[in-house]
Amino acid sequence: MNTNKWLNITIFTASLMIGSHATAGKTLLNVSYDPTRELYSEFNAAFAEHWQAKNNEKVTIQQSHGGSGKQARSVIDGLEADVVTLALASDINAIAEKAKLLPEDWQKRLALNSTPYTSTIIFLVRKGNPKGIKDWGDLARPGMAVITPNPKTSGGAQWNFLAAWQFGKQRYGEDKAKDFVSNIYKNVPVLDSGARGSTTTFVERGVGDVLISWENEAFLAIKEYGADKFEVVIPSLSILAEPPVAIVDKVVDKKGTRQVAEAYLQYLYSEEGQEIAAKHFYRPTDAKVAEKHASKFPKIELFKIDDAFGGWKNAHKVHFADGGTFDQIYLQ
Amino acid sequence: MTTTITFPLSPAARKERATQEPAWVRWSLIGLALMFLTLFLFIPLISVFYEALKKGSDVYLAAITHPDALSAIKLTLTVAAIAVPLNLVFGVAAAWAIAKFEFRGKNLLITLIDLPFSVSPVVSGLIYVLVFGLQGWLGPWLAEHDLKIIFAVPGIVLATVFVTVPFIARELIPLMQAQGTEEEEAAVVLGASGWQTFYHVTLPNIKWGLLYGAILCNARAMGEFGAVSVVSGHIRGSTNTLPLHVEILYNEYNFAAAFAVASLLALLALVTLALKTLIEARNKQHQKQRGHE
Repeated sequence: MNTNKWLNITIFTASLMIGSHATAGKTLLNVSYDPTRELYSEFNAAFAEHWQAKNNEKVTIQQSHGGSGKQARSVIDGLEADVVTLALASDINAIAEKAKLLPEDWQKRLALNSTPYTSTIIFLVRKGNPKGIKDWGDLARPGMAVITPNPKTSGGAQWNFLAAWQFGKQRYGEDKAKDFVSNIYKNVPVLDSGARGSTTTFVERGVGDVLISWENEAFLAIKEYGADKFEVVIPSLSILAEPPVAIVDKVVDKKGTRQVAEAYLQYLYSEEGQEIAAKHFYRPTDAKVAEKHASKFPKIELFKIDDAFGGWKNAHKVHFADGGTFDQIYLQ
Repeated sequence: MTTTITFPLSPAARKERATQEPAWVRWSLIGLALMFLTLFLFIPLISVFYEALKKGSDVYLAAITHPDALSAIKLTLTVAAIAVPLNLVFGVAAAWAIAKFEFRGKNLLITLIDLPFSVSPVVSGLIYVLVFGLQGWLGPWLAEHDLKIIFAVPGIVLATVFVTVPFIARELIPLMQAQGTEEEEAAVVLGASGWQTFYHVTLPNIKWGLLYGAILCNARAMGEFGAVSVVSGHIRGSTNTLPLHVEILYNEYNFAAAFAVASLLALLALVTLALKTLIEARNKQHQKQRGHE
């Protein structure tokens, strides 16, 4: 190979690299959790249009999806997210504590505990509900195959775990809750790293009798695969899942994107943003939009993590930190 | 120089074959191997193309010309275009040093070259997160100087280079060892400089092996998933390589598109195999010619 050829290759490579970094206007990176792909794909387009109309400036929003805990870990390790829209407060707490990229009181900065939309945890079963699953208690029955992701990496999985725990506590008493949850996890054949991975395992690969799932994820699966294949089961009790959003201060200040990042999150609370959330089966927090879509969301008795577990910090310490109840159950 | 020496066989020995198993044993062994290949190679390969084209060629074309897919293709090509030349230089240098010279620590170098083969790709990725991550050794310094390594193209290149290091060196070392050092010694005696010796004597001897290693290296560079997944950050249209893009599409219920992009990777594998076979044939011819010289 002669020198000229090498030179050409080098120039070609360099031009490719430069090309991939030059983007016109502002760019935001939204690091999100697993099931929000469809939601943000539509929301980002709507916001870009909104921003263009209002400020005559082009904004490009890049997306990264994965298990919530894993995504938080990436941001801690330097993934430059302007905004994080994760599955639970605990993961954003971790970014604030471990990497100090945003203040620890971040959750007070936006309305409703920085939660523009909520969700809950329900079950997805195969059509006709062949195993007769009605409530959390059925998941602990021997011989049941339960699909849920790994709470160590997935936010949805932590909501699943806590909802099951609370049911066990109410039904069987404080000291029996751990045994109850342990029996459910004995029935789990695959622990995927994110909620979407679990959904794919259940719907596409056909593994398991029941998927413990985000409400939005379950409805999306039915929409994608048809109501003739799957149906949802609403348990008697579930958790009010609050997936919060936050600006990553150190990143937006470095990149000079604070203004557009703030507008981006605010737009989630707007009527347009709330409509898009509802369309993708997230429960809107805006009273007007919520009422309009009320028929879409089943009525469930929902408890709050603050009331049942004393907030995320505490729940994380007791259940999901190293040596917590999940480790005790799973390492048995 | 390796020359095949043929011993004249006695008539009795000629009749006897190395293996004497009855025909049914041979055929059932061949059948078993074919069945295994069909089950684990051909059927999955065909199913990739079947699933990719199931919804028609429009869907297929739309999937591979989607901006995110194009950006993934571009990134994958960029990464391979950097990783393969780097490993070419490193592989030749390492193989040359190991095959032609004696020095202390040679075994250590051989072991180090093999390291990426023995380490899980995920660990390879994590190494870079630990070194270049914001909480890692160099992270704070890099952030201060606004240099991005992981969750950006450089990190993906690094991880890819790491996992593909052994391919070229491992291909060349036995070849160069078998060739010995006589020709180089002759060149030096005749007054050639080190560079001249390499360019006119060593390089022509190893060119087919080198090409073979480069093709394998390229295939791995384009197909690597684990290590790249750890350092990529999975930003759509920016840090997703082809294998990562396949995973994303699959996770978005976009199965036809996922298989369409996967079929690109499968095509790459087929081209690699074809090139590999071609080069192997050329290589054999080359060796034979040298044997007759």
